[in-house]
Amino acid sequence: MTDRKAEPEALTMATPTAIAEDTEKGERSLKGLYVITFFLGIGIWTLSAVLSRNALIPTPIDVVASFAELIANGTLWGHTVTSLSRVTTGFLLGVALAIPAGFLMGWYWLARGLLEPWIQFFRTIPPLALIPLVIVILGIGETAKIFVIFLAAFLSCVLATFQGVRNVDITLINAARVLGAKDFTIFTRVVIPASTPFIFVGMRVALGASWATLVASELIAAPTGLGRMMQQAAQFLQTDRIVVGIIMIGALGFIMDRLLLLAERRLTRWQETR
Amino acid sequence: MPLISIKDVTKIYNTERGRTVSLDNVSLDVEQGEFITLVGPSGCGKSTMLNLVGGLLMPTSGQVLVNDEPVKGPGPDRGVIFQQYALFPWLTAQENVEFGLRLQKVPKKERAERAMHYLSLVGLQDFANALPKELSGGMKQRAAIARAYAVHPSVLLMDEPFGALDALTRVQMQDDLLETWEKEKRTVVFITHDVDEAVYLASRVVVMSPRPGRISEIIDVPLAYPRGEEIRLSPEFAEIRARVWRGVHHHE
Repeated sequence: MTDRKAEPEALTMATPTAIAEDTEKGERSLKGLYVITFFLGIGIWTLSAVLSRNALIPTPIDVVASFAELIANGTLWGHTVTSLSRVTTGFLLGVALAIPAGFLMGWYWLARGLLEPWIQFFRTIPPLALIPLVIVILGIGETAKIFVIFLAAFLSCVLATFQGVRNVDITLINAARVLGAKDFTIFTRVVIPASTPFIFVGMRVALGASWATLVASELIAAPTGLGRMMQQAAQFLQTDRIVVGIIMIGALGFIMDRLLLLAERRLTRWQETR
Repeated sequence: MPLISIKDVTKIYNTERGRTVSLDNVSLDVEQGEFITLVGPSGCGKSTMLNLVGGLLMPTSGQVLVNDEPVKGPGPDRGVIFQQYALFPWLTAQENVEFGLRLQKVPKKERAERAMHYLSLVGLQDFANALPKELSGGMKQRAAIARAYAVHPSVLLMDEPFGALDALTRVQMQDDLLETWEKEKRTVVFITHDVDEAVYLASRVVVMSPRPGRISEIIDVPLAYPRGEEIRLSPEFAEIRARVWRGVHHHE
């Protein structure tokens, strides 16, 4: 009798630990798989490059050599810094304007009515489609590129912020109101924190859009930058250099995305679902 | 003079599907220190009535007076406790309780003291620094009750506060609420659709009927506080419960 009674209790006691152990084990084996798949990918790449007998397809070793050479002569560093500063400037400007604009649209019907049609329209145009016009008007200098990146970042972030404001739980607003909060307080102490998760989603999308736009705009016309470096290499059939550029762009984008994710985790730790 | 006075109040919602009469010429007086429960099926206008007193809604016609003043909007003299707890998820339990106090510009030290006082009152003194996601449903609602209490409202409006809790937690929460209420008496208007809960908590049960929302019956509960298991299982309780049950389920 006592045994039977103890059984379900023992079960319930065991379950959470078992699940915790399972996920821990799962995470560890996942990390192992990441390492395996990395080397597997490199292996397939090497194999197909060698088997293709095509000198234009670089092997990983060619790419590493090219990478070392570009570092040694200092060009990679210069191109990277230029590209990074363009992306950062455009992205930050875009986000800095998108957040207040999104808040205004979510909070005031006047702002929504005036802004939303334009944003919805421009959102459907890839920012790259504006490049020919931008080059004619602003030239191929920094302003032109930063402007296009800014536009890409702004358009991706503004709607996310707007959605965030629209999605603030009305009971939270009511809870603040019955505690005596007026509009301004509700905005600063409820709407802003409640929409932070949405803003971060918008910022991450904006970052992706910024990178995509940067590289494309540098490919089209630029004196410097990673896109330019790749474009130049293409003219001399230096495919290994092109791959260095591709990997650099991927790695930088990945690092920036992780940094944003880290900031998001810190600032939205309070979220119920993860 | 009653603390809350609802006079000939009608509330009509105009929606895309047409007009809904949520409250039809309803009048009710609530005295200082009373514990009133509003019970009735969904659509009987009980939430509407609560939101009118809370100032979150305005009547289509008629008047809602609190302390002899017409209600013009929400205010800290009328605390509201929502079914969905409505704690600010980015603030700790203590910061949630301090929210209303900050708005009243209560100095920091006093704020913390008052927050701790009310967190202890609801038994959450050890969870002051916990985020809402770390609290169980019952604990969240306790924190919300502490938050409402902390601003010293004269009226507490509770909109099915225990509706989302399991049956056992709910009974515990009812006892705890009565205990808190007896330590610091407030006028309480409490909405529920649970007949047991309505009778157990109230000094007066207001039974409402739907379409259009009206008060169909007001039943006194002459059972002494503090209440406990003996009251819950007493024949007097069963008798009042039966009356309220009939009022709710056989209103036609």
